[in-house]
Amino acid sequence: MDAVATDAEREQIVADLRDRLGDALVGFHIRPGDDLWVRVTRDVWQEAGMIARDHLGFRAFEFVSAIDWLPSPFGKGEDSSLDPIPQVAGDIVTGYAGGDTRFQVFARAHSLSQHMGITLKVDLPDDDLSVATWIPVFAGANWHEREAREMFGITFVGHPHPVNIYLPGQFEGHPLRKDFPLLSRHVKPWPGIVDIEPLPGGSSEPSSEEGEA
Amino acid sequence: MTAVSDRQKLAYVNSQAADGRVNLEFETEEGMTLNLGPQHPATHGTLRIVVKLDGEQVLSCEPVMGYMHRGYEKLTEVRTYPQVTTLINRIDWLGSFANEVPFILAAEKLMEIEAPPRAQWIRTILFELSRIANISLFVGDMALHIGAMTAAFYAFRDREFVLNQIESATGGRFHPNFNRIGGLKDDLPKGWVADTKASLERIRDFCDEMEILVEGNEIFQARTRGIGVIPSEIALQFGLSGANLRASGVDWDLRRDQPVGLVWDKVDWKVITHPDGDSFARFWVRLQEIRESCNIVEQLLDGLPAGPYMAKVPRVIKVPEGEAWVATENPLGEMGYYLVSQGGLGPFRVKIRTASFNNVSVVPWVCRGVYVPDVVTILASLYFILGDIDR
Repeated sequence: MDAVATDAEREQIVADLRDRLGDALVGFHIRPGDDLWVRVTRDVWQEAGMIARDHLGFRAFEFVSAIDWLPSPFGKGEDSSLDPIPQVAGDIVTGYAGGDTRFQVFARAHSLSQHMGITLKVDLPDDDLSVATWIPVFAGANWHEREAREMFGITFVGHPHPVNIYLPGQFEGHPLRKDFPLLSRHVKPWPGIVDIEPLPGGSSEPSSEEGEA
Repeated sequence: MTAVSDRQKLAYVNSQAADGRVNLEFETEEGMTLNLGPQHPATHGTLRIVVKLDGEQVLSCEPVMGYMHRGYEKLTEVRTYPQVTTLINRIDWLGSFANEVPFILAAEKLMEIEAPPRAQWIRTILFELSRIANISLFVGDMALHIGAMTAAFYAFRDREFVLNQIESATGGRFHPNFNRIGGLKDDLPKGWVADTKASLERIRDFCDEMEILVEGNEIFQARTRGIGVIPSEIALQFGLSGANLRASGVDWDLRRDQPVGLVWDKVDWKVITHPDGDSFARFWVRLQEIRESCNIVEQLLDGLPAGPYMAKVPRVIKVPEGEAWVATENPLGEMGYYLVSQGGLGPFRVKIRTASFNNVSVVPWVCRGVYVPDVVTILASLYFILGDIDR
């Protein structure tokens, strides 16, 4: 039984995609023996999905989502709210297959016959957070795009029913953006912070507040 | 003082939330609108289904969720890796152990750690036990939705034997929190193997009982056969997974088709499929899968290797930079974690792909044109857990 896809097959997938998309395929990454990432331009986002589905055999849908690559300005948010918020500046470091912008939309599908998956990524410029919908490619993208829309503020052009799915109607802000604070942490500091065990051999004293939490 | 203004901000957000819930629209130019839920015995938790009707027939059906949204994707960004397992236990609360495994495997993949063989075997055993506990409740629950009360009591009674085994191994009946990066918290207790085998016998008897009591029941068959048919192409389009996909005739099981570091390939078992794609097929596939799980667990118990249950891992867990996707065949279907790490103590972003979210997204498609009582049986047969939709 041939249950594991090889890297040669993954390279073939990239070559096929490049044949059909040309320069619109901006980057790719193959993690040896594991997985495949492909980044395309915004113009061909829907087309790339169609090609993957119809010509490359990725017929089963997994998800559509987004990622905000901005380093969090709030750190881990475990400090007391009375402390000044650490301004973690720093450059945007993007992941596999690269990226030029803060926001990326990524989607995943898998192939039942070839036993492998593909993650497609697309960059969205900060001044125009919109991309074509994937509903014509996979009908299941509908709810995933509604979620990505409310959580990141991304417009999916052509989505027939762009309303919130989890959040209430008048909710302001986009919670999964890195610059959206986790408000409950700022109202009440993380209670677990007081009973962190000191590392063995370390010289740090246990906090005097221990036991109160 | 940022604290005060933030508290005001939170109060404002909360008041907005309360408003938004009440003001949902009910346009009724055509037909009549019927609300199932948010709290309705047929909705497995706080899911609301807005059904537009023409007489008894459904014109459109729109699930409304978010009543239990806990924001786990945001919360994982402020937790360390060992803390995250506590959270993700609560996604699908009937099969908690199975929730932890893909996340731990994703972190292990990036750290390039492999759990020792004994840990992998125990993980697989507990994974399958949580599947049995989860699905046996489904079997009783499905009958309950048709109107047969007794089966639900049998299910709760016999699930207890499996939960006891999970509890005696992990210390938790519902939230084991037993996985660690690199292995497990503890070894199995003494006498556990023999006790588990005895409880598997009870589950096999339960399956036999259910076959006579529910599956062969004429009313049950009349209510489920040919109802809510999902063709295989539609199932793939919506990203259905697990038993829902296999009941549509697609021969796909991640346990066999995408080995991820657990030991299903070491034992002899088969993937159950059904060509019909209706509510009955989904029930039948799940019932058969309990039996297969019993076979898997029994064989694994016989071949349990000796050795350590924990690999050598650093005291402070730091996951190197990278992205990893790991999905496993959970009781409800395919559950996957897309883990993005930037080398810190906690994840940078975690996308949680849950089975129920995709499984329920097919409801508007499949419920169009059916009759009101069938909505309930279709929902029951798709089998979702609200925590798994809302995360």
